[in-house]
Amino acid sequence: MEIRENLHYTKEHEWILVDGDIATVGITDYAQQELGDIVFVELPEVGSEFTSMESFGVIEAVKTVADLFAPVSGKIVDVNNVLIDRPDLINSDAYGEGWIIKIEMSNNEELNQLLDAAGYKSLIGD
Amino acid sequence: MEEKLIFEISSDSKKGYTLPALDVQAKDINELIPEEFQRKSDAELPQVSEPEAVRHFVNLSRKNHHIDKGFYPLGSCTMKYNPKVNEETAKLDGFRNVHPFEDERFVQGALKLMKELEEYLCEILGTDVVSLQPAAGSQGELSGILIAKRYFEKLGEERTAVIIPDSAHGTNPASVSIGGFKAFQIKSNEQGKLDIEEIKKYVDKNTAVLMVTNPNTLGLFEEQIFEISEIVHSRGALMYMDGANLNALMGITRPGDMGFDIMHVNLHKTFSAPHGGGGPGSGPIGVVERLEPFLPVPRIIKDGSSFKWNYSYKNSIGKIHSFFGNFSIFVKAYTYIRILGAKGLKEVSENAIINANYLLKKLEKHFSIPYKDYCMHEFVASGENLKEYGIRTLDVAKRLLDFGFHSPTIYFPLIVKEALMIEPTETESRSSLDSFAEAMIKIKEEAEKNPEVLHSSPQTTPIGRLDEAKAGRELDVKYDK
Amino acid sequence: MAYIPNTSDDRRKMLQKIGVERFEELIDNIPEKLRLKEELKIPDGLSEFEVLKLLKEISGENSTAEDYISFLGGGAYDHFIPSAVSHITSRPEFYTAYTPYQAEVSQGTLQTIYEYQSMICELTGMDVSNASMYDGASAAAEAALMTCSMKGKKKIIVPRSVNPLYLSVIKTYCYGQKIEIEELSIENGIVEPEALQKKISSEYAGVIIQHPNFFGCLEDVFSIEEIVHSSGGLLTVIVDPISLGILTPPGEYNADIVCGEGQSLGNDLNFGGPYVGILAAKKSLIRKIPGRLIGKTVDINGRVGYVMTLQKREQHIRRDKAVSNICTNQALNALSACVYLTLLGKDGIKEVANQCIQKSHYLAEKINSLDGYKLKFNNPFFKEFAVETDNEPGDILEALYKKGIFGGIDLDRFGIKNSLLIAVTEKRTREEMELFVNSLSSIS
Repeated sequence: MEIRENLHYTKEHEWILVDGDIATVGITDYAQQELGDIVFVELPEVGSEFTSMESFGVIEAVKTVADLFAPVSGKIVDVNNVLIDRPDLINSDAYGEGWIIKIEMSNNEELNQLLDAAGYKSLIGD
Repeated sequence: MEEKLIFEISSDSKKGYTLPALDVQAKDINELIPEEFQRKSDAELPQVSEPEAVRHFVNLSRKNHHIDKGFYPLGSCTMKYNPKVNEETAKLDGFRNVHPFEDERFVQGALKLMKELEEYLCEILGTDVVSLQPAAGSQGELSGILIAKRYFEKLGEERTAVIIPDSAHGTNPASVSIGGFKAFQIKSNEQGKLDIEEIKKYVDKNTAVLMVTNPNTLGLFEEQIFEISEIVHSRGALMYMDGANLNALMGITRPGDMGFDIMHVNLHKTFSAPHGGGGPGSGPIGVVERLEPFLPVPRIIKDGSSFKWNYSYKNSIGKIHSFFGNFSIFVKAYTYIRILGAKGLKEVSENAIINANYLLKKLEKHFSIPYKDYCMHEFVASGENLKEYGIRTLDVAKRLLDFGFHSPTIYFPLIVKEALMIEPTETESRSSLDSFAEAMIKIKEEAEKNPEVLHSSPQTTPIGRLDEAKAGRELDVKYDK
Repeated sequence: MAYIPNTSDDRRKMLQKIGVERFEELIDNIPEKLRLKEELKIPDGLSEFEVLKLLKEISGENSTAEDYISFLGGGAYDHFIPSAVSHITSRPEFYTAYTPYQAEVSQGTLQTIYEYQSMICELTGMDVSNASMYDGASAAAEAALMTCSMKGKKKIIVPRSVNPLYLSVIKTYCYGQKIEIEELSIENGIVEPEALQKKISSEYAGVIIQHPNFFGCLEDVFSIEEIVHSSGGLLTVIVDPISLGILTPPGEYNADIVCGEGQSLGNDLNFGGPYVGILAAKKSLIRKIPGRLIGKTVDINGRVGYVMTLQKREQHIRRDKAVSNICTNQALNALSACVYLTLLGKDGIKEVANQCIQKSHYLAEKINSLDGYKLKFNNPFFKEFAVETDNEPGDILEALYKKGIFGGIDLDRFGIKNSLLIAVTEKRTREEMELFVNSLSSIS
């Protein structure tokens, strides 16, 4: 199972890639394995705003469904529309083509609340 | 063999029915129904002759497992054999062809049967009054939850939470939400039962109802239920019992005596109405006297020697079904109760409990049993011990199909990992239970020595394991030409 | 006992294996004070022969649509059911199976439901139909909940031309979540588009209409659709599936949800149940549809098969966030509908619908020409119509009983005075209708 060093993580098994004020968010390799075959992702509308830990969408596997939580507060500036037809990209490339949303962060300090790779690794007991 | 869709064997101008010729002077349809209201193209229903239709459905039917064919140990589903006489009585002309809008005087038999069934259920449940109206267990739950809502509204109390243990059926929290309450989940204790300390901690003046199943979904009797009822009542809340597991209790103990205020019972489980491939069921609810005013309308009342509908209960939650509920299921349950009588009903529960414990005993050395105790009518085993061979409970379930058995309920209750919930019912013979146990043990050995057999099972069923991810991603839910 | 195979010897051996001497040891943890001390007060058991006799007696106290010529409707109709329907549904492979949890041994149930869904979509013009609801009323109630959930609003408009029994069930279902049902009064038996226009606003999640409505009349669905959608709401149409042999499918006038009672499709009257609730919708609503849904897929060898799909909408997975609490549905009644629609087919559904229209209009015209009777509404109708009478409807029905006729529903129970609601199916003959008319003319 892959945990990338350059990312932030949440306890809800999301990863965050920071580039300036923009945070790209997806779910971790561990999460996609636990969920199994992903069949649907409900994406938020571009322009909508979320506060940290607010649910922004839903991810569905064959027999489970999980809420997606905004790891940081901010405005949605982009969503991965490819997932609408190819939700399986989250299974095959969780950290790459399987990204879900990009958020323009309103408070970069929230990043300090997130886990680093080592912290996430110990969370999932790997 | 693949059976084509009925649409795929259709061909022009075939039909499978006959109707008498129209015996009134036909008018131009456009005179009767303005053209704008008429469909422009025909509904593309199949066109087949009667023999083709019958063969199609008969061939399809042969792809089903069913209780008349073999063991069906689905936990919490009570798949018992359904006496054939039930089908005969339900099909009597005097039941089958009665219209729900007929005047009361023409339906005295139907009303009498319903009233007596209500009384029998009151006696079995130990409750004061019963309404037969809900069409299934979950509709019974919703009715019960709405009754609680109306009760507290009348008391002028704002209570928003319904407390549910983590072992509950999924319908419980769903009914609670639809009924406008918040479902609050509490943890079961180490014995898999209600934790009286948790209940003391969480039941407060915001709690409307404690909703529990007894015996619970692990097949265990909640022995502290009476004390729990007292706590809940002392805090002004109500006790609801999900009666899905009533098959364990008849003639032995009664929910009403345990302190339950509202309960539903599944006539299609305990009272032997067949399940029809998913329904119809019937989910009557029973309540204590102080909740009677809130029951669905209409209610049947006895007026001298005749029976009447009564709609005038101003605090009723209203109607929950178009008419009076799933009437033909009432006929089946009534038939069953009259054939069994008090003694027979008790024998049912005793034998269901013996069968479950016997099977538990036979399997306990081979599968992990998370809660070790005598069980009631069902028990939960776990496939955890097979994980080291790369085998999951799903594989065990699929392999069982190759042995001609239906699988138990799997991955439920949620508090047991790799759960296998097994309910044999009283209608299985000892030798049938022995064969099932043998198959389970054989499968466990295969898991250890030859796990590939399990992964590639089932092999002998009409079709192999199906790709559920594909079904979910490429949603195809209807035929398109 | 005939339904318990184990003998007392079996039980003794089983208890021995379990390691107890007596059954009571197994239920040791049921506290003494909760044990039932005496036998249940239920009559002693009967033999099969006796119970058959008893039930025949009880059923004999009912009068049926076989004993009387029935013009009763109001949501349950006396249509002809081809014999093959009950022969198929009486196969134990269908009626003694459980919900198709193990797809590999449930393809019979799964494929027939897929076929049912396809036929309902074909009739209604919708993209997706579920596997069934309890009945027409609960389907309409679930449509109300679905509408509010989609729109995030808590107000719905229901005109008084919707079956009052359905309205009552809609209110019951909506009570818990405090969804407001705004009743819209009607004019000449139907919704007046101007009145709807006046009432509607963006506060409402949607509108539920019935077409043909409770009084049999056709609603101005085209104007209603425009009004509802231009206010941003969802339109639910309650249909009589038989009518769709001839009437425009709601999908063609852009309805969002279609529901209805499927009893007419091969299901017995059964004193009101079990029936089958139809619920179909546009594809965009698929994740909010209540109940089971069957989808097509393939097995590991690429063979076509069917499974329950989108299960995460449902209670057993989504629990308190499920779109509905429904679990058991009306699968066997949906199978009846599927077999019925197969036998009738493309031509039969039209023929049944046409005969209903022709015969009901024949009777309506005859009654309308009698002194003391007139059609209550002068709108197009399908197979049911309301008649206004000079005499007390109760007295009229009394007189008709003596002639062996169930003459319709006295609308007084729904607060409408001096009116009868009369339904005519393809089963009614000209002779029966003439007896009805002659009997009416001899009253007064």
